[in-house]
Amino acid sequence: MSTLLEVSGISVTFDGFRAINNLSFDIGPAELRAIIGPNGAGKTTFMDIVTGKTKPDAGKVLWGEMSRNLVGLNEARIAQEGIGRKFQKPTVFEDQTVQENLLMALKKNRGAFAVIFWRPTGEDLDRVTELAGEIGLANELKRKSGELSHGQKQWLEIGMLLAQEPRLLLVDEPAAGMTPSEREHTTAILVEAAKTRAVVVVEHDMEFIRRLDCRVTVLHEGSVLAEGSLGHVTADQEVIDVYLGR
Amino acid sequence: MERSFLLKNPSVLVFLAVLAMFTIAVTVMSEAFGAGLVSTSFVKTLGKTLCLALIALAMDLVWGFAGILSLGHFAFFGLGGYMIGMWLMYERTRLIVEESMAQAAIPPTDSEVVDAIGSQIFGVVGSADFPPIWMFADSLTAQLVLVVAVPGLLAFVFGWLAFRSRVTGVYLSILTQAMTLALSLYLFQNDSGLRGNNGLSGLQNLPGVTASQDFVSIWFFWASALALGLGYLFAAWLVSGKFGSVLRGIRDNEARVRFLGYSVEGYKLVIFTVSAMIAGVAGALYYPQAGIINPAEIAPIASIYLAVWVAIGGRGRLYGAVIGAVFVSLVSTYFTGGQAPNINLGVYVISWVDWWTVLLGLSFVLVTLFAPQGIGGLVDLFARRQHPERHGADLGPDKGALRESEAEQ
Repeated sequence: MSTLLEVSGISVTFDGFRAINNLSFDIGPAELRAIIGPNGAGKTTFMDIVTGKTKPDAGKVLWGEMSRNLVGLNEARIAQEGIGRKFQKPTVFEDQTVQENLLMALKKNRGAFAVIFWRPTGEDLDRVTELAGEIGLANELKRKSGELSHGQKQWLEIGMLLAQEPRLLLVDEPAAGMTPSEREHTTAILVEAAKTRAVVVVEHDMEFIRRLDCRVTVLHEGSVLAEGSLGHVTADQEVIDVYLGR
Repeated sequence: MERSFLLKNPSVLVFLAVLAMFTIAVTVMSEAFGAGLVSTSFVKTLGKTLCLALIALAMDLVWGFAGILSLGHFAFFGLGGYMIGMWLMYERTRLIVEESMAQAAIPPTDSEVVDAIGSQIFGVVGSADFPPIWMFADSLTAQLVLVVAVPGLLAFVFGWLAFRSRVTGVYLSILTQAMTLALSLYLFQNDSGLRGNNGLSGLQNLPGVTASQDFVSIWFFWASALALGLGYLFAAWLVSGKFGSVLRGIRDNEARVRFLGYSVEGYKLVIFTVSAMIAGVAGALYYPQAGIINPAEIAPIASIYLAVWVAIGGRGRLYGAVIGAVFVSLVSTYFTGGQAPNINLGVYVISWVDWWTVLLGLSFVLVTLFAPQGIGGLVDLFARRQHPERHGADLGPDKGALRESEAEQ
C-alpha cells in the first residue's frame, strides 16, 4: 500500500528535554489509526510537528505521492496541502455563528484578496447545511457557536475539519467531555471519514479506541513502542509495563 | 448584490441616514447657507470630528476586528495631512509669488518662480531649495495619490516586518508607538524637508478660491461627511463576508485560523495597509480644516487617544468606533475649550481644562472594566442581543453537555 504521510526519524528537544526521539510513523491514504501513550509520550508534539507548529531538530515529514518534505513550511501552507487538525479543547470561533464557522472552513481559495470578494453561492450554503446535518447541528446554523454545548462544539470542530476536505485528519481527543451517545456518534463520523481519507486519532479512552477498531500506535518517551491491532499491543509486555499496567 | 448587502446590514442604512440628516442640518444652520446658527469655526470642528470618526473606523478595522492594537495610526493620519498640505502650500505660494513677480519689468523664468517659492516656503528653516520629497508638490493629482500611497507603503513595510516575525499583542502595540514616535521626531528636524516643527501652515486657504471661509468650511464638511459615508460603506462591505469572519477569527484565535489554512500574516498585512490608507484620507481632509499640521500631531499620545475613543465607543462594531470618536472628541472640545464651568471646592478649584484628561482616563478605565462593549453596547440592550458566555468547568466527564455556569441558572 502506498503511504500518504511518512514521518521518518524526527527528533525534537525542548530545553534539554527530548520530547520526540527518532520517531517514525506512516499512514496510508484511507486509513484510520489511533495513537495512544501516557502523558508526555509526545502525542501532541508529534501533531505539532506534522502541522508545522513545531520544527523538528532532525528528520523528515514526507507528504503525498511526490513525497514532499513538509518540514519548514508554515502552518497555513501545510493546512492547504490537505492536513486538518482538531485540538484537544474544542476551538471554534465562539463569537461567530455555526454557519460562519463552517463557511470559513470550506475548501476554497484561501488568499486574502480572493476571500474579500468571495460570497457564498447557493451550492456552498447547501454544502454547509449538509455538513451541519452530519454533525447534528442542522438546527443551530444561525446560532453563535459560543452558545453550543461542549459536545456540540467538538462536533462543530469535526464538521469544520470535514469542510476543509483534508486528505489527512489529525484528531486530538475527540471524545473528551462527551456523553456516551455523543461518543458513539463521534466514532461513526470518524470511521466514515476514514473510508476516503487518512485519520489519526489521539485518545486516552481505551473503550473509545476499541470501538474505532483500527491499528494502534503506542508512543512512549517520544518514540514508537508498539504498533498493531489493539489486541496485539495490549498483549505486549512492554506496553503493559509503561502504560496499561499503571 | 449591493441591495442585498444593505438589506442584510440594516445598521449601515441607519448610519448613512443619520449621517445624511446631520449633514443637511448643519448645512442649513451654517453661516454660508442659512440661519447662521452654527458658526464657521464650529462647522470646522464638526468637519474635523467627522475625519476623526473616519480614522476611528480605520482603527476599528484593525483593532476591533483583527485584534491588532495599533497605537500608531496617527502616523498615517499625519502623513495623509502632510501630503495634501504640500500641494496646498506649494500652489498657494506659487500664486502669490507669480502675482508679485508679474509687476517686474522682465517676466520671470520658471526656475526663478520655483526658487522664489522655495525661499518663501523654506525660509523659515533657513533653506531655499526644495527637498526631493517635494518633487510632485506642484501636481494635485500626484499628491492625492500620495495621500493613500505613502501611509499605505509605510504600513505595508512596517506590517510586513512585524507580522512576519509574529510580533503580536502588547509588543506590537509598543512597536507601533515607536514607529509614530520615530516619525514625529524625524519630522521635527528642520532638514527633514517638511519645515521641522513649523509644519505646514495656511492650509485652510484653497489656492485660486476666492470664496470666504464660511463656504470653504462647509465644502470640507461635506467632503468629510462623504468620505465618512463611503468609508463606512466600504468597511461594512469588507467585514460583512468571509474576510470579516477570518479577521474576527484571527482576533479570537490566531493559531486556529492558521490551521484552517489561512495565512494570518497576509490577512493582517492587508487589513493594516487598508486601514492606514483610510487613515491617510481622513488626515488629508482633517488638516485643511485645522489649517496647520506639525509633527506634534503625530506624537504617540494622539494614537493612544484614538484607541481610547474606539474603546469607549465599542470596538468590533463600526458604528461604535464612530460614536466613540464623535462623542469623546466633542466632549473633549467642550471641556478643553474653557466652556465647562469650573467647580469650586473652596480649597481647590477644579479647572476642567486641566482635569479633563483625568476624567477621560477614568472613563476609559471604567468602560474597560464594566462595559467592555462601550457606548455601542447600548444598542444590544434594545436589540436584546446576547453574547455567548459559557465559560466554566465541565460538570463531569459524562455531563459534557452542561457547563458549570449554565447549571446554576
